Amino acid sequence: MALTIKEVEHVALLARLSLSEDEKVKLSQQLGAILNYADTLNTIPTDNVEPLTHILSVHNVFRADEVQPSMPREEMLANAPLVEAGYYKVPKIM
Amino acid sequence: MELFELTVHALQQKLASRQVSSEEIVKSIFARINKVDDKVKAFITLTEEDALNKAREVDNAGQYKGIAGIPLGLKDLFCTPGVNTTCGSKMLADFVPTYASTAFRRLEEQQGILAGKLNMDEFAMGSSTENSSFFATCNPWDLTRVPGGSSGGSAAAVSADEVPFSLGTDTGGSIRQPASFCGVVGMKPTYGRVSRWGVIAFASSLDQVGVISKDVYDNALIMKIIAGHDHLDSTSAALDVPDYTACLDGDIKGLRVAYPQEYFGSGVDAAIKDAIKKALLKYEELGAIVEEVSLPHSEYALPAYYLVAPAEASANLARFDGVRYGYRDNEAENMEAMFSQTRCQGFGDEVKRRIMLGTYALSSGYYDAYYLKALKVRRLIADDFTRVFKDFDIIVAPTTPTTAFKLGKQSGDPLTLYMNDILTVPVNMAGLPGMSIPCGFDQGMPIGMQIIGKAFDEATIYKAAYAYEQSTNFHTMKPALGVE
Amino acid sequence: MSKDYEVVIGLEVHAELKTQTKIFCSCSTAFGAEPNTQTCPICAGFPGVLPVLNKKVVDLAITTGLALNCEIPNICKFDRKNYFYPDSPKAYQISQFDMPICINGYLDIDVEGRRKRIGINRVHMEEDAGKLVHQGDITTTPFSLVDLNRCGIPLLEIVSEPDMRSAQEARAYMEKLRAMLLFAGVSDCKMQEGSLRCDANVSVRPIGQVEFGTRTEIKNLNSFRALERAIEYEAARHIEAIKGGETLVQETRTWDEEKQLTRSMRSKEEAHDYRYFPEPDLLPLKISQEWVNSIRAAFPEMPEQAQKRLVEEYGLPEYDAQILTLTPDSLAFFDQCLKQYPDAKTISNWMMGEFNRLLNQNNMEIGESKVTAAGLVQMLKSIDDGTISGKMAKMVLEEMFATGNCPEVIIREKGLVQISDEGTLLTLIDDIIKTNPKVVEDYKSGKEKAFGFFAGQIMKATQGQANPTLVNKLLKDRLNHIQ
Ligand SMILES: [Mg+2]
Ligand SMILES: [Zn+2]
Repeated sequence: MALTIKEVEHVALLARLSLSEDEKVKLSQQLGAILNYADTLNTIPTDNVEPLTHILSVHNVFRADEVQPSMPREEMLANAPLVEAGYYKVPKIM
Repeated sequence: MELFELTVHALQQKLASRQVSSEEIVKSIFARINKVDDKVKAFITLTEEDALNKAREVDNAGQYKGIAGIPLGLKDLFCTPGVNTTCGSKMLADFVPTYASTAFRRLEEQQGILAGKLNMDEFAMGSSTENSSFFATCNPWDLTRVPGGSSGGSAAAVSADEVPFSLGTDTGGSIRQPASFCGVVGMKPTYGRVSRWGVIAFASSLDQVGVISKDVYDNALIMKIIAGHDHLDSTSAALDVPDYTACLDGDIKGLRVAYPQEYFGSGVDAAIKDAIKKALLKYEELGAIVEEVSLPHSEYALPAYYLVAPAEASANLARFDGVRYGYRDNEAENMEAMFSQTRCQGFGDEVKRRIMLGTYALSSGYYDAYYLKALKVRRLIADDFTRVFKDFDIIVAPTTPTTAFKLGKQSGDPLTLYMNDILTVPVNMAGLPGMSIPCGFDQGMPIGMQIIGKAFDEATIYKAAYAYEQSTNFHTMKPALGVE
Repeated sequence: MSKDYEVVIGLEVHAELKTQTKIFCSCSTAFGAEPNTQTCPICAGFPGVLPVLNKKVVDLAITTGLALNCEIPNICKFDRKNYFYPDSPKAYQISQFDMPICINGYLDIDVEGRRKRIGINRVHMEEDAGKLVHQGDITTTPFSLVDLNRCGIPLLEIVSEPDMRSAQEARAYMEKLRAMLLFAGVSDCKMQEGSLRCDANVSVRPIGQVEFGTRTEIKNLNSFRALERAIEYEAARHIEAIKGGETLVQETRTWDEEKQLTRSMRSKEEAHDYRYFPEPDLLPLKISQEWVNSIRAAFPEMPEQAQKRLVEEYGLPEYDAQILTLTPDSLAFFDQCLKQYPDAKTISNWMMGEFNRLLNQNNMEIGESKVTAAGLVQMLKSIDDGTISGKMAKMVLEEMFATGNCPEVIIREKGLVQISDEGTLLTLIDDIIKTNPKVVEDYKSGKEKAFGFFAGQIMKATQGQANPTLVNKLLKDRLNHIQ
């Protein structure tokens, strides 16, 4: 079952993707088909199954609270599309 | 044999006995690349000048320890300081990291020499390397076919003798499937065995770094170098790494080999099933005990994977927002427009599709039905393997349901393409080590056999793979490529 | 505030933890660095990087949980909270969702002599975001600049139950919470620097109604005063809306300090779905009982214990004890004074009175002042031995506050020595009595004012340096002996 265009638009907003109308239509069908396939999972009972979030049964991995030099600012800014006065520069928020 | 055709261990011997210099090897490699890469299109970036300089340095020092002086290729998602790391995406076409991935750093510490960065499906999402933002890579055995993916460049480059070995990553089969398609050896170790630091993430709970090589010995040799604990990756295991080459003695008498009935279903080509069955007979011949088993939740691994992986990816790829690095749409009039337009223009269709899918699976109202459900099924899949591994040492299965398909053939329907991962995905879901080695041909195209092991027991996989490899000659066959 | 309505308040407090490094990388947390000089690929969310947890953060979180009477479940984990904003480089915040490190605590507050218990729902660990710099206002700036220094600074989010019923209670909770965090040594709690921040959830319901009214969340509360004023404003706004039959919208609002009102931030509300899921890059934490016990064993004295000590051992009034234990620095100052000076109440009077006035006037904390405990004690001793008067002492303290000089030096330099020599004073007194016979008559006829006149004249003649007690005594003596 296809997703509605409205659903696609909502998800696209959450994901920050400005999809074209064509893309929306295509995705509504493709996502619908994939989710249909995913629904086969509902045939297995999982009521008493613990979700598996971490495959390694390891706990408490820590770092000591010791300062290391930060990365030089020029290097941090070197890949930025736009910089000003040591800042990343972005378009107006509103 | 030409230098570019040699394995890592053969090159090591030649260097150690001063028969050749590293410079000669690197020159041979680049001559080969110049000759065949127009056809194969495995490389996104070549680092010839740096490579030659490093080779001369190694030669001048005159010490050939480990892999000193031996060239290598990296899937283009391993961060390399000063060298573009694109992840196969327009989004990162100009991204130059300042930091090195741990796996690469360990190779560099032994003075391994980077030849270049290899093509891949954008953000490692795909099974054909056709999803690269730049170009498709071709299968060296048949240039009209795909090399598999997402580490397609890494497998094709090794298969075409452009590099003696390469690193790839495997989230749902991205090392094993292209290794199988290209007739080379590909190992995805246990989740946590190799550090993920500096490797651009697709799905963090599934991604693993691995090795693609010409033979099992090389694979074991390189794995020993890159594996082991890294304090920069919390999920890297603090376990000792055995010397994998030390156990390659061909003696597998009494080895308990399981083959799961679910991996020989109707979706798998008959020629492939035959090849694996033959391999199983070979194992019996070699003294192993071979039995059929069941992994009943296998068929649910793929749908569960296509919820878990996109969900994690939707968050991992959210950082590509045009602020600090990468592509930006400069026309956008405000912040929100900049985010949405940058991301829509910078990502390709498959990446967008998976981000949408993952966002949906995590969104309010759908989390329990999709994401949480998938995590529960993941537990059942892992439990299946645990059960089988109580009685067996390895599991043998086909790596892929078909051999390499034609370029452009599966680009229409995403679900069909996803089916390529059906035999590899369960291993990632369970976090286990899995390898693909050549085990035959079907109409001139390589077939791969998958060997799955217990968690952190890569050694047994290598041992079993080596025994099989040495009793066959599939690994010595090379694609013609219409040259010479 | 209308008597028919009840305000319901819950607070979400973010406290910056006192660590040397960030929560998931080794960048320094020092305040006030040049933009983007305390960042690295990890805290700036570059491709391929991974977080590794700072152990100190967990220690401090457990400490906080114990200070706030929380349960510490033996397992907790991190989650990703997804949202896009230019100050959030990964576009997700690593936080804790359904398995936080501390749950079910409480804090007792005192308001107008009544003690009240405020529930604490949870305390969780998370990372801070960066900072946006605008030209002028966010709504009019042509572009924004991003500074990621603050990104990844460890925070605790402390979420109260909606147990507060007035702005005063909210303030008392905040003050008490701050004291607890300061005493426990987990945070500097500098509201002006943003190391202690507060969001208030406010709703209003008719008295007697069980279900809650529509709730709004107020952000940007940078001081106790702002917290109080914003809640008062918001409650009044809700009541007015309810009375006027308007429907309130559940939304996020910001406190406008200049205009003293709350404003809607609705633009930020669109697409509000954080899509929390377990952070795959970080493994869960197991908090053993031994770990908790070792932190408990090393626990410093907390405000309530200290208050009890001040009341029971030194006989201070409850009120003094509460004020002196608002910060550990203040208590330490008091304790240091007390080691060298026996009169607790006198120390307390000076600390709560003149010294506190100077601190408030200069918007300073006791730890930032140049006045030392030893200095204050020296000053008190100078009063006791008659070197200076109480009035002079105020001047001395002001000078100590301004220059950091010790009282001895100030007294000498300013020539503030009190005249306590009876002979000198008597000569002056006799002189003034002689030249003002009329006033003497007034005094004799019972006009008390006349006494004040003479005393004033003597202080004037000595430029305030005459020992006032002695002057009073001698003056009374002389006047009473005049026939
Ligand atoms: Mg928070
Ligand atoms: Zn950092």
